[in-house]
Amino acid sequence: MNRIDGWIAGLCAALLLVAPLLLNAYWVDVLNSVGLYALLALGLNLILGEAGLFNMGHAAFYAMGAYTAAILNTRYQIPILWTLPLSGLVAGLFALAVARPVVHLRGDYLLIVTIGVGEIVRIALVNDVFGITGGANGIFGISRPNFFGFIIRQPQQFFYLIWGFVALTIFLLLRLKQSRFGRALNYLREDAVAAEGSGINTAYYKLAAFGLGAFWAGMAGCLFAAKMTIISPESFSFWESVMLFMIVILGGAGSIPGVLLAAFLVIGLPELFREFSSARMLVFGLVMMVMMVVRPQGLLPARGRRFG
Amino acid sequence: MTLLSLQQLTKTFGGLTAVNNVSFNVDEGAVVGLIGPNGAGKTTVFNLITGNYQPDRGQITFAECELVGLRTHRIITLGIARTFQNIRLFQQLSALENVLAGCHYRMRGGILSAMLRLPAQQREEADAIARALRELEFVGLSEQALTVAKNLAYGDQRRLEIARALATQPRLLILDEPAGGMNEQETEALIGLIGRIKARGITLLLIEHDMRLVMRACEKLVVLEYGGKIAEGSPDQVRRDPRVIEAYLGAGDDE
Ligand SMILES: Nc1ncnc2c1ncn2[C@@H]1O[C@H](COP(=O)(O)OP(=O)(O)OP(=O)(O)O)[C@@H](O)[C@H]1O
Ligand SMILES: [Mg+2]
Repeated sequence: MNRIDGWIAGLCAALLLVAPLLLNAYWVDVLNSVGLYALLALGLNLILGEAGLFNMGHAAFYAMGAYTAAILNTRYQIPILWTLPLSGLVAGLFALAVARPVVHLRGDYLLIVTIGVGEIVRIALVNDVFGITGGANGIFGISRPNFFGFIIRQPQQFFYLIWGFVALTIFLLLRLKQSRFGRALNYLREDAVAAEGSGINTAYYKLAAFGLGAFWAGMAGCLFAAKMTIISPESFSFWESVMLFMIVILGGAGSIPGVLLAAFLVIGLPELFREFSSARMLVFGLVMMVMMVVRPQGLLPARGRRFG
Repeated sequence: MTLLSLQQLTKTFGGLTAVNNVSFNVDEGAVVGLIGPNGAGKTTVFNLITGNYQPDRGQITFAECELVGLRTHRIITLGIARTFQNIRLFQQLSALENVLAGCHYRMRGGILSAMLRLPAQQREEADAIARALRELEFVGLSEQALTVAKNLAYGDQRRLEIARALATQPRLLILDEPAGGMNEQETEALIGLIGRIKARGITLLLIEHDMRLVMRACEKLVVLEYGGKIAEGSPDQVRRDPRVIEAYLGAGDDE
């Protein structure tokens, strides 16, 4: 089983590696979107999939990262890729601050609160509450990433930046899963009372899950700002949070391959059916419903850890 | 030497006094049974000890430490471990992962050391896995280490909970109806297991309805009825106590 998994993973990686050489710019750009959503969903998977905390405001953390990168770049001329860690940090700290008072809430209540957080952030951006986010128009003129003197501008070039980052993320998250921290998140999801009763500081790990998931969303936001060179609040709507939530649940909560597959399906498939325009969302909705009834555990549900 | 001491503990839920002015001591190295009819307040006493509930009045002292007001995970790290009346395992995780939860608080590794696979983190993981496997072996679940908890037989689930509690390396282990749902053979094995836990120098406080187990395993019993303590003493003393006899007969003896 392990061997086969390895082969499949290798094959997918090889296909992705050559994809920009075979596809036109439009499809490469679709794959770039898939990559960004994969990053976001892998972050959300820590919160929702691994720790079982219902978060339907993930776009707020994404926005925090994107705006941090855009503001640092346009106002202070900091190279966009240099803002990557800081974008993550701002999003992560923001998540800690908003999660702190609400993280003890039960699933459905937490869901509603996070929806509220997502909307507040979006509305604050639209109304330019802080005077530095450019209101509904957003921020433009973000500079292209400069990779050791090499300016990244083509979709093909962004492809390798984004998917390289996805690969690194998968590598790190697989390691995290196989650790004390990764297990603690699962204990939370399975039974928080038993976890606390086994000596685990559940409040700390709930916050840590939010912080780390948002950190990744923030970094994805930075890459998004670099790719678009212009960002505005409409990119961080409630719908984005819903899509990400869907990707994690559809793929199989806690399953990294599942989340990746679902990112392809949820972001990629509607592009395949572009000519059907509005009907495609109808079909899409139906497919989701059928999926959840037929396969509630997700497309590729998480499998047990292996112990060497 | 007294390890755990409850003093004038009271807990009410709305109008109901679930625990009423209860005091008793647990000596280091002893096996103490907490018994009483259904609804007497036994589980509530456990939940007060481990900080799941806050008492309205009273004190709980463990090894010179005042427990009231501490968060549950802090109380566990002080050296108390517990199991639950309605088994609370991490259902979707393997037996080994369940027991590793007990090892958690003695480990240090965080996000970065895991992502970087630092040598210290790897050593710590290996040590924790070895310890968890030893505890599984101790309760007789070596074969089931990689079985998902929800697929274990009922009796095995109870023993897995004990293994998880033991992995915290407690000084005091409190068990809420460990023989609940076990057949005669399993109960017999459980009495053996309790003896071996005691032999490790761990103090035990247990709730149990199975009177044969209680009489054989415990050296001291505390009897609750309607939230109040009605008797305390050796199994022989308690067995002859008229109030205890009346409580059990009056409550419609289902033991
Ligand atoms: N969280 C709670 N909220 C309200 N009432 C409670 C709560 N927990 C326990 N009670 C009540 O307190 C009383 C004591 O309950 P407890 O569970 O401690 O009894 P017990 O001695 O463990 O009984 P059993 O042998 O059936 O397990 C019961 O009347 C119960 O209904
Ligand atoms: Mg009880």
